[in-house]
Amino acid sequence: MTLILILLLPFLGSLCAALLPSNARNAEAWLAGTVAFVAAALVASLYPQVAAEGVLRVTIPWMPALGLDFYLRMDGFAWLFALLITGMGTLVVVYARYYMSPDDPVPRFFSFFLAFMGAMLGIVLSGNLIQMAMFWELTSLASFMLIAYWHHRADARQGARMALTVTGAGGLALLGGVLLLGHMAGGYDLDTVLAARETVQTHAWYPLALALIALGALTKSAQFPFHFWLPHAMAAPTPVSAYLHSATMVKAGVFLLARLWPVLAGTDLWFWIVGGAGLATLVIGGYLAIFQQDMKGVLAYSTISHLGLITLLLGMNSPLALVAAVFHIFNHATFKASLFMAAGIVDHETGTRNLQRLSGLYRAMPITATLAMVAAAAMAGVPLLNGFLSKEMFFSETVFLDRPDWQRIALPLMATLAGMFSVAYSLRFIHQVFFGPPASDLPHAPHEPTRWMLLPSMLLVTACVLVGIFPELTVGLFLRLATDAILGGEAPHYSLAVWHGLNLPLFMSVAALVGGIALYRAFLWRASETVPLLERIDGKRLFDGSLLALTRFASRLLARLTSTRLQTQLLAVFGVALGGTLLPALEHGLAWGTRPTTPAPPAFVLLWLVGAVCALAVAWQAKYHRLAALILSGGAGLATSLTFVWLSAPDLALTQLTVEVVTAVLILLGLRWLPRREEHYARLQRDTARARMRRLRDIALAATSGLGLAVLTYAVLTRPGPDGISPYFVEHALPLGGGLNVVNVILVDFRGFDTFGEITVLGIVALTVYALLRRFRPAPESIPLPNQQREQDAGLGSEAERMPDPAAALPAGHMMLPAVLVRLLLPLALIVSLYFLLRGHNAPGGGFVGGLVLATALLLQYIVGGTVWVESHLRLHPLTWLSTGLLAAAAAGVGAGLAGAPFLTSQAWHGTVPLFGDLHLSSVLLFDVGVYMVVVGATVLMLIAIAHQSLRAHHTRIREGSH
Amino acid sequence: MELVFAAAIGVLAGSGIYLLLRPRTFQVIMGLALLGYAVNLFIFGMGRLRSGAAPVLDPALGADPALYADPVPQALVLTAIVIGFATTALFLVVLLASRGLTGTDHVDGREPERE
Repeated sequence: MTLILILLLPFLGSLCAALLPSNARNAEAWLAGTVAFVAAALVASLYPQVAAEGVLRVTIPWMPALGLDFYLRMDGFAWLFALLITGMGTLVVVYARYYMSPDDPVPRFFSFFLAFMGAMLGIVLSGNLIQMAMFWELTSLASFMLIAYWHHRADARQGARMALTVTGAGGLALLGGVLLLGHMAGGYDLDTVLAARETVQTHAWYPLALALIALGALTKSAQFPFHFWLPHAMAAPTPVSAYLHSATMVKAGVFLLARLWPVLAGTDLWFWIVGGAGLATLVIGGYLAIFQQDMKGVLAYSTISHLGLITLLLGMNSPLALVAAVFHIFNHATFKASLFMAAGIVDHETGTRNLQRLSGLYRAMPITATLAMVAAAAMAGVPLLNGFLSKEMFFSETVFLDRPDWQRIALPLMATLAGMFSVAYSLRFIHQVFFGPPASDLPHAPHEPTRWMLLPSMLLVTACVLVGIFPELTVGLFLRLATDAILGGEAPHYSLAVWHGLNLPLFMSVAALVGGIALYRAFLWRASETVPLLERIDGKRLFDGSLLALTRFASRLLARLTSTRLQTQLLAVFGVALGGTLLPALEHGLAWGTRPTTPAPPAFVLLWLVGAVCALAVAWQAKYHRLAALILSGGAGLATSLTFVWLSAPDLALTQLTVEVVTAVLILLGLRWLPRREEHYARLQRDTARARMRRLRDIALAATSGLGLAVLTYAVLTRPGPDGISPYFVEHALPLGGGLNVVNVILVDFRGFDTFGEITVLGIVALTVYALLRRFRPAPESIPLPNQQREQDAGLGSEAERMPDPAAALPAGHMMLPAVLVRLLLPLALIVSLYFLLRGHNAPGGGFVGGLVLATALLLQYIVGGTVWVESHLRLHPLTWLSTGLLAAAAAGVGAGLAGAPFLTSQAWHGTVPLFGDLHLSSVLLFDVGVYMVVVGATVLMLIAIAHQSLRAHHTRIREGSH
Repeated sequence: MELVFAAAIGVLAGSGIYLLLRPRTFQVIMGLALLGYAVNLFIFGMGRLRSGAAPVLDPALGADPALYADPVPQALVLTAIVIGFATTALFLVVLLASRGLTGTDHVDGREPERE
């Protein structure tokens, strides 16, 4: 339980932090600090349990069907890391409280900060590889948001993007890697994976899995050649750099390598990939750090170099090296975080981090200077500090490497060289900032910061010293707990002591110290602006260049493969569909089945002769004779409806028929706004040969597709039907659904959820139509009244006289008589529609048909009476109909839940009511009423929205006329 | 019967596809309607063709599936008809808005250059 609480606390804190007002700096800091501190205390309280039981586990089923659980697992190593994350988090929160300016929007900062803490805890506490990969990506996202915290700065945005691209891509590789690993090991939980060393290392996929996992770890831990993102991530606020980019997130990569060390390490491939990357990073990072001009730049490259050291140790395939690696992870976190804090303090108090400008700050800020000096000495590996111990362990490991001779000689030499670099940049960092003549041109006069800002750094430096002098007493137990957890029973014997006697590693340390000082004195007094030898290798330029090349390649490929023209796209769609169905037909042939066919009655043949002529005529006439095409398409639709009647589908026929009417009215309303297209003008300019060719090609494609579809249909129809799910519905419609009309029972009961989705779509479409038309601007040439209407109106007086009188009992003019009829029709139509709705469960009808009938009747009012007159007499609220209908359908579904049944299960009540007699009430009816209301609401809303456009154009016209 | 039915689908689909490949929005909307008829008939036909056997149970005959037409394709097509109407409406409005914004009824929102 405590484990879950530890993981949840930061995420909950993050949510709360996001909701606080933007100037609540103290409240935010208190919240974040408390969360981090409580989490740290909880982690610490688990120590006895972890020490006694070894591994703590909590499992929550996640996707049991796939054998995936949400699995939290804490062993000694995870415990130590969790303590680092939460403890360091607490210190950084205290520091950040004083670092952040009152103008900064702190909720965003602390919210992402805590979210990051949660994600990082998720990585170390995950007992499941896929879950770990998920938290891994979450840390990348949090890091992105934190680097881009000051998003008005271009360098922050750029650095954030680069970090996300590199670590995100690495995360993807990692996911692939752990999927392979889990597959090889036979499970994704860590216990299974860690026990499967033999199986994994002999598997053919081992190299691929290793490469992918290494890619993930090396990008995250900023290893060469992916190191370049880290210096650019320094655009983040300094607390972020101290926490994410030196103490915790960049350690995720090495954490993962150490975590999987028992499974993956021990091979030559591991040595070359992990060790090689580590060595290259150690040396190159150290070399580049010497020449940085920005305090945070020095620290960034030195972090890269130290991460390289840890990676190299992990790559050396020796348990003792692993111990040294784990030890150095924690030592580095303590001294580097305090150095970042010092850099932040200097920046905060003087206004610059430029090493060229800073000088002689010791006098103004002695405490900061002393703290920074001790931390830097630890970084350089000066005895009696913690950095010295792990570096000494590193040196001795390079000497006792179990490899061929040349590697045994080369490695200690490279290690000493890297040690020299480390001393040189530490010295430069301290010497240039704090010593020399006091700088005179700083943006602010430097002074010591408030004590609270110094406190975290002070605690960290104290830890450096205590661990450096009494290693066994302070961290011996914890380190052993962590390394035992990784290595299991094979943990080697080692002693943490300051003095190991006069030996080769000690000599190497001394050589590094002396060499580093000499290097600094000799060459770096006046550091050059650029980096000698390596200046041409600029990771950022390479990154930008490759991104640019990738984008260009993609856009070229896109231009080649696709078109922005709809006709070309549709041609491709139909071409591919045709080809895709034609190929198997040609390969296997397509024969008619044996099912006996029924002779076609002459009337049916005649029906489709007419239907086919209509369809072909639509295709022919749709360009120049829109009205004719619309009427003809109605003819084809009528033939379709009659076919439904003929072939035992009364519900379909009814629906098709009513939809036909509504669609025709809808398109008629739209025709007005389309541009005039006169055939005789077009005749004057003859078609080009290319246009004719294109038309022929389209005719050929359409004819082939049509023929193919006909053949396919006939081939299916001559085969017996499959044993589908239909018999079930027929047999159970009455006992389970209580209805005789099986189609309706399927729609409102068996598949009610589908129908619920469908009416929701209908509602969304109606709202979209409504919204689109609110901003509709007709083309200028469509605004004048159509010719016919103008001639008709000519006999009726002036424009103002023709304006309909909203108060009149009937519309005036020649529409008066039809209006009377249509008004009489409305109540009749209402009754018919209700009749269809209510009988739908047992006979053809239902909510869809009923709704469409009522909608049609309402439309007739509009067509005959005119918009203005109808709306002054009839209050329609299509939006209310729509929403009430949806709510009714949902209520019918939720009601089942109240009765303890699953969503949308039909509930019926049968009983006797005085006066009414026997009564049968069912939630299905409520559902169908919902469908009915949605259909009425949606249809009327859409049609009215289009109809109103004429009215708006009319207003525009009148307004323009009066000016 | 089957042959006429199949031929009807072929003609509707052929005309519809031809229209979908035309450059004017009104042609496309008509093509969509025709192709919609064809596809609905096709899905409906998957239940095989029967006359005089509407899937409305007759209590006297009982619920023997062999006595009634296949209700499942009918249920599918019924919703397809209504959704088809919604799509047509949406497309019509997009067409009108595009015409108002771009001044043309070409499907690409601009007149093609004369070759």
